[in-house]
Amino acid sequence: MNTFFSVLHRDILLAWRARADLLVALSFFVIVASLFPFGIGSEAEQLRTIGPGVVWVAALLASLLALPRLFAQDFDNGVLEQLLLSPEPSVIWVSAKILAHWLTTGLPLVLIAPLLGLMYRLEPGATQVLVASLMLGTPILSLLGAIGAALTLGLRGASSLLALLVLPLCVPVLVFGAGAVDAWAGGMSITPHLSLLGGASLAALALAPFACAAALRLACE
Amino acid sequence: MNIFRFSSPQTFYPLAGKLVPVFATLAALCCAAGLYIGFFVAPVDAVQGEVYRVIYIHVAAAWMSMFIYLVMAFWSAIGLGLGTRLSFYVTQALAPTGALFCFIALWSGALWGRPTWGAYWVWDARLTSQLLLLFLYFGFIALTRSIEDPRRADKAGAIVALVGAVNVPIIYFSVKWWSTLHQGASVGAGSSASVAASIKLGMLVMAFAAWFYSLAVTFARTRSIILERERHTDWAAAEIARLGSRNNREDR
Repeated sequence: MNTFFSVLHRDILLAWRARADLLVALSFFVIVASLFPFGIGSEAEQLRTIGPGVVWVAALLASLLALPRLFAQDFDNGVLEQLLLSPEPSVIWVSAKILAHWLTTGLPLVLIAPLLGLMYRLEPGATQVLVASLMLGTPILSLLGAIGAALTLGLRGASSLLALLVLPLCVPVLVFGAGAVDAWAGGMSITPHLSLLGGASLAALALAPFACAAALRLACE
Repeated sequence: MNIFRFSSPQTFYPLAGKLVPVFATLAALCCAAGLYIGFFVAPVDAVQGEVYRVIYIHVAAAWMSMFIYLVMAFWSAIGLGLGTRLSFYVTQALAPTGALFCFIALWSGALWGRPTWGAYWVWDARLTSQLLLLFLYFGFIALTRSIEDPRRADKAGAIVALVGAVNVPIIYFSVKWWSTLHQGASVGAGSSASVAASIKLGMLVMAFAAWFYSLAVTFARTRSIILERERHTDWAAAEIARLGSRNNREDR
């Protein structure tokens, strides 16, 4: 447990000291979401319909953009190798790194999403559902993305390869995340969507760190 | 006879060499028979007319594309668990064939959809999940090709195949749910209530053709991968030299 918190603390501290990077991912999220009205027109009804989907796609792309940073620095300066050599089970510190990554890149997306909800004229209730679905869904993006980031570590063309690997796997998250808001707008129950997202989150939490640790071991061999 | 004998690349190589022509012949025979049944024996569909005959290619390709991914995941698990090199070679030999069948299924589906549904592409659950499966294949191939260290490429590919295999059912059900939510059950695959025996037979024979074809090309591809990866061993070096001298003779 000690390892978990010290790695978590270290990663958050490093992220905070390079906070310009975090701002870039966050700005990317807002910019992508604000591009759509220019492409399809600013009619209020249309924006309200596509809003949740656009915000979710933008969140997916923004989290993808932040992924290469998850392990790259530690890989370059040898920290990753030292962590792998340590007697602690690698799943522990891998989980800590993923949690730190989510806290610094995923959580800000969730917190700024209401602003985009306003831009897309979502009703307050829809915005709440959107934020709840992002809260439950973005951890899955970080967990699945971490596997991809570990597999593509140190490869040329890593970022585009990462997109090819991770994006198809994230489709269910998108479906249930944006689907929750649609269900709310259609007057249906949002519980099944959110339950499925939460369940998928827990399943990813249980399985992804193992795959990620195995992939990191490969990268450092 | 101990079948594990053939888990070594050195013993598998000649075995695969013997099996490739057998499976290739069987594939050609099944394909010819299946297409004959499909185009000349089977009756015309009452609702769809002649265009339904694309199913003889489409269904076999779609089945094969999904099945090959499962086989890849199976060999990946074996490879990661037991550390057998040959499992990884087979996985990588399977991927292009799987992607090919996936593409054929999508393409023939589009050609069928245009006259039947009035559109080349419909955001139906099956189409969409097939498209995502194609992306999974591309991801696997791209990852294994871009890692230079072959042993890392083997294992990284195996991890991707396993993660993908866990996700395939989730993707399928999520997309199914999504498409029923968004557009209702507007597109079915036609009435499957009464299918003539000859149509079933044609589809079955074509499925066998796809199986034998996949086996033949996968074994042929595995042989090339074995030679490439085992070139540091004496037997593989001798085999490469033999193939090289034969090619030179043929050129002259």
